[in-house]
Amino acid sequence: MNRPAQSGSTVVRISDLSLEFSTDDGLVQALAGIDLDITPGEFISLIGPSGCGKTTLLRVIADLEAHTSGEILVNGVSPDEARQNRAYGYVFQAPALYPWRTVRRNVILPLEIMGVSRDEREARSTRYLELVNLTGFENKYPWQLSGGMQQRVSIARALCVEPELLLMDEPFGALDEITRDHLNQQLLELWRKTGKTVVFVTHSIPEAVFLSTRVIVMSPRPGQVVDVIPCDFSKDRTLDIRETPEFLEIAHRVREGLKAGHSYDDD
Amino acid sequence: MIDRLRYQGAFLPVLTVVASLIVIWYAGAVFLNSTQLIDRYQRQDINWNLGRLAADAWRMERPVLPSPHQVGIELKKTVLDKRVTSKRSLVYHAGITLSSSLLGFVLGTLLGVALAIGIVYVETLDRSLMPWIIASQTVPILALAPMIIVVLGSVGVTGLFPKSVISMYLCFFPVVVGMVKGLRSPEPMLIDQMHTYSASRMQIFFKLRLPSSIPFLFASLKVAIALSVVGAIVAELPTGGQGGLGARLLTGSYYGQITMIWAALIVASIVSALLVTAIGRAERVALRRLNGGQAVTV
Repeated sequence: MNRPAQSGSTVVRISDLSLEFSTDDGLVQALAGIDLDITPGEFISLIGPSGCGKTTLLRVIADLEAHTSGEILVNGVSPDEARQNRAYGYVFQAPALYPWRTVRRNVILPLEIMGVSRDEREARSTRYLELVNLTGFENKYPWQLSGGMQQRVSIARALCVEPELLLMDEPFGALDEITRDHLNQQLLELWRKTGKTVVFVTHSIPEAVFLSTRVIVMSPRPGQVVDVIPCDFSKDRTLDIRETPEFLEIAHRVREGLKAGHSYDDD
Repeated sequence: MIDRLRYQGAFLPVLTVVASLIVIWYAGAVFLNSTQLIDRYQRQDINWNLGRLAADAWRMERPVLPSPHQVGIELKKTVLDKRVTSKRSLVYHAGITLSSSLLGFVLGTLLGVALAIGIVYVETLDRSLMPWIIASQTVPILALAPMIIVVLGSVGVTGLFPKSVISMYLCFFPVVVGMVKGLRSPEPMLIDQMHTYSASRMQIFFKLRLPSSIPFLFASLKVAIALSVVGAIVAELPTGGQGGLGARLLTGSYYGQITMIWAALIVASIVSALLVTAIGRAERVALRRLNGGQAVTV
């Protein structure tokens, strides 16, 4: 099973991966025959309608869900091992902050669990809170922050583990469009600064096209990849590129892919 | 400031309720004592009217239902006029009851929390323990109390502890129920998050499950503390005259001193009310901390 890690070339290697689980209505094929290689520094978006398995795929990478067949390697090892090595940071749909902890103590939670020294915790939380523009909010409590700020805290918390891989499950899905635009820009800048590999689940076409180096379009029943669309916008792009013909063309291709993979008649 | 306003807001309604209860009590005293009195009037051929009946009903020596001021006088005699160390002082007896209920409350809470942890973490216990715990509460405590006292007494355990065991028996139940729910209250997402950190079960317990259970714990503790006083009083009944509010109740009923029973009852409810209030205060402080300093309504 354990192929030698092809260091530097693949962060996530998925081949012919399937996942089925049984429900009261019988066996459900959540993922079928997924092939995907993710190289370091890429920003991958998984897009598709609800039920297409995009979150499930992310959870398989994070070892929160077990696949039933096929193969997956994260950093050259099994997802379970990768999780134990704390190879990734995971940002959930909701900020998932602890109300009884201050912003700083929320950020250092994973470090406490990993047994990182106090000084190091302090230093890292300062650094990553600065990176998400939250300097000065260290001693606030979550309820004193807006939804967008809370989600930035949770991004800082995922970053302070200093993983090479960042897994994000619709992190801005619950936010209003203006906040979302703002955070998209910040995330892009953060990705540029840190050079992390990002796997990003979304159901917003503009978000996916704006952020990604590759957009993976998925379709449901069973969850599979219908199109892989490279986007090579310059690294210092701004939200303005969303008005350009190139952007609209790619967005159109994503939309076509979503249409092809999913007939809405049966809904 | 808001607290103050709320207090003032509640003051008038509470006063109204208390006043009407006292009126009903006086009326009840006339009604319940009338049979005895009218009987006597007829025997002694006394002409009577409602005014005389009421006046007599409110100052009977052995009333069926004593009037509020009679109970008040009894309370003054036994609470204020006696030295606290005197065996005739209700404060002395309340102290005895209070100490065994507090010990029982602490033991019951510890037992309840321990059982809840077992139920949440060990699947076998989850399936096997709960029915027994529920069954334990269907046994009438009044039947069980003398047996516990006698059994523990026969192995040489006497005094405070056997009484506390009965308080504990009543206390642990709400704590188990509340804590099982509380320890299971974190959303699946938060548990998943802990898995992404490769947190151990111990770390998940102390950093997530335990803090999340605090609101549930306090809701249970409020029920438990009131039950612990009931348990202590019930436990004092079979020990007969060794002291405590339960013993006072028993003495009162032996000698037909209804007023004495009422006085003991009122002291018991004051003790319970104070304990519940104390837990409520602690709850407010704890929940405020748990919410990052944000005020909470309980």
